[in-house]
Amino acid sequence: MSFVPGQPVTAVVQRIEIQKLRQGENLILGFSIGGGIDQDPGQNPFSEDKSDKGIYVTRITPEGPAEVAGLRMGDKIMQVNGWDMTMVTHDQARKKLTNKREDVVRLLITRRSLEEAVKQSKGSHPRQ
Amino acid sequence: MIQAPGEPLLDPESTLVDDRDDNWGETTTVVTGTSVDSISNEDLTRISKDLEDSLPLDCRRYISPVLGAILGLISVITPLAFLALPQLLWRDTLDPCGTPCEGLYISLAFKLLILLISTWALFLRPSRATLPRFFVFRCLLLALVFLFVASYWLFYGVRVLEPQETDYRGIVGYAASLVDALLFIQYLALVLLEVRHLQPAFCLKVVRTADGVSRFYNVGHLSIQRAGVWVLDQYYRDFPVYNPALINLPKSILTKKMSSFKVYNLEEENTNNSTGQSRAMIAAAARRRDNSHNEYYYEEAEVERRIRKRRARLVVAVEEAFTHIKRHQDEETATSSPKHPRELMDPREAAQAIFAPMARAMQKYLRATRQQSYHTMESIINYLQFCITHNMTPKAFLERYLSPGPTLQYLDNNRGRRWTLVSEEPVTTALRQGQVFSLKRLDFALVVKVMPLPFLDLAEEFIDPKSHKFVMKLQSETSV
Repeated sequence: MSFVPGQPVTAVVQRIEIQKLRQGENLILGFSIGGGIDQDPGQNPFSEDKSDKGIYVTRITPEGPAEVAGLRMGDKIMQVNGWDMTMVTHDQARKKLTNKREDVVRLLITRRSLEEAVKQSKGSHPRQ
Repeated sequence: MIQAPGEPLLDPESTLVDDRDDNWGETTTVVTGTSVDSISNEDLTRISKDLEDSLPLDCRRYISPVLGAILGLISVITPLAFLALPQLLWRDTLDPCGTPCEGLYISLAFKLLILLISTWALFLRPSRATLPRFFVFRCLLLALVFLFVASYWLFYGVRVLEPQETDYRGIVGYAASLVDALLFIQYLALVLLEVRHLQPAFCLKVVRTADGVSRFYNVGHLSIQRAGVWVLDQYYRDFPVYNPALINLPKSILTKKMSSFKVYNLEEENTNNSTGQSRAMIAAAARRRDNSHNEYYYEEAEVERRIRKRRARLVVAVEEAFTHIKRHQDEETATSSPKHPRELMDPREAAQAIFAPMARAMQKYLRATRQQSYHTMESIINYLQFCITHNMTPKAFLERYLSPGPTLQYLDNNRGRRWTLVSEEPVTTALRQGQVFSLKRLDFALVVKVMPLPFLDLAEEFIDPKSHKFVMKLQSETSV
C-alpha cells in the first residue's frame, strides 16, 4: 500500500456498495474516517507505511450500513463513486462521502488481507 | 628582615594541623623578607643552579622604574632643550621666525602635555610583581627610546650646535618631529604592553597540587613569566583557601592495608629476589578482601552529619543573637517612654554584646570544618561589627564562615607573597601549546598547562522572520 511518487498506485481492491440510511434528515453511512493529505500520517494506527496520507476507516458502527455492506475497520478507501481518495484532504473526503444527493456510495477499498489472499491464490494456481 | 633561604614560613596559607585548644588558638605569623609581591631571585637561582652575583633584593626591584623614569625625563626635556639652546647661545644670528614658528610652538606644547598625561596614566603605577628575568618588551622599549633620543641629540649636536645653524624654523620643526616620534613610541608601548595580550589565544588549566582544585582561564599571547603573574592574580581571587587540615583520607583507613603477609626469604641471594618479594606482597595484598572503602564511606557520612548538625545550631544561634539588637532611630527618643532608657551602643559594643550567645556554637562549627585557624575571636567580632554597621542579615554574616572564601580574604596585605616559577623552558619565551610550568610555594604548587583555543569558523545562516510558520498535527476523525 505504499506508493512511489510518480508511479501509478497499484493495489488489490474490493468493491463495496453502501446504501445510506436515513436518520431524521441526515443520511448516514455508519463509519468514521481518518487521514488526509492535511493530516499527520504518523498517528494513523491502521496504515503500514506511516507516511501514507490516505483515507482510512477508523470506526464502524455495529449493525450500520457500512458493516452490513462488508466494510471493516482499517480499510483504506481508494475511490468513492469514482472520485479518487488517495490524494485528498480530510474535508474533501468527508464531502464526497456525505453528498446529500446520492444515497448510495460505491467504494473501492483495499486492505492487507486482500493482498495476501491474492498471493495465496496465485501460489496455489501456479499457472495464473 | 632578611629571610634566609630554606627556612619554612608560617603564614595563613600553609598552617600545619595542630590540635587547637578551646580558646581560639591563634596562628603565628612570621614576617617574610619581602614587603611587596615578589618572586625571590634567590629561590630561582637555587633552582636553576647558576649562582649569579645579584644585588640585594631592594636595589634590584627599583632599577627598572628608575631607569625608565630617567629616560622619560630626558626625553621630555630634550625638545625643550632643542628649542632653548639656540636662543641662549647664538640668539642674534637666528633668522626671525614669525607665525609658522608660533603654530609649531602651540602644537609642540600640546603634544608634550598629552605625552606627559599618558605617561602618567600608563607607566607611573607601582609595579605589583618582580619577574625573574627581564621583561622583554619593556627593555625593548627603553632601548628604543634611548636610541631615538641619542640619535636625535647626535644629529642635533653635529648639524645644529657645531655650525650654529640659523634656520630657527627648521630647528623647531626638528623638535616637533622628536615629540611626534615619542608619541609613536608610546603608542608602540601601549600596544606591546597593554593591548597585545588582551585577545584570548590560550586556555590555561591551573591545578593546585595539594587538593586538586582547578580552574580554567583564557589568556592572550604572554611570556611564561607574565602569564605566571596573571595566573597568581586570579588565584588569589578564585581559589578557595588551602586548608591543610582537610586531607582526603584519614590515615587510619589507609594504614590498615599495611598489614600483609610476611614473606620469608629462604634462598641465598637477596638482590634478585627483592623486587620479586615486594611484588608478591603487593599481589597478596590486592587479592585480600579489601573493606577500607566501606569504612571510608561510613566515616565520611558521619562527618558530614556532624557538620550539618553543628551548622544548624550555628544558624539558629546567630539568628537569635541578631534579634537582640536593633538600629536606633532618632525619632524614637521622643515617643519612647522614659521608663526604659535604652543605652546607646556603638557598633563595637553591640557586636561584643551579641557575640556571647553565639560564641560556643560558632566555635564548635569551626572546629568541625577545620577552619578554626583562620578565624580568631577578634576577627569574628570585627566582622560582626562590620555586619551590624551595614545592616546585614544573619545570613549575610554567616556567609563568610559557611563556605571557604578565596585566599585573598585571609591575607593581610602588607606582606608580600613569595612564589617560585618552575619551568623547563626559559621564562621569557611566549606561551605555546603543550607547555607546562608550575608556580611553587612551600607546601603546594600550582601546575599550569597551556592549551590553545580552537580556531572558530563561523558561518552565517539567514532566517526570514516570516518563515516561522506552524501547523497543527491533526488526526481528526469524522463520522459519515
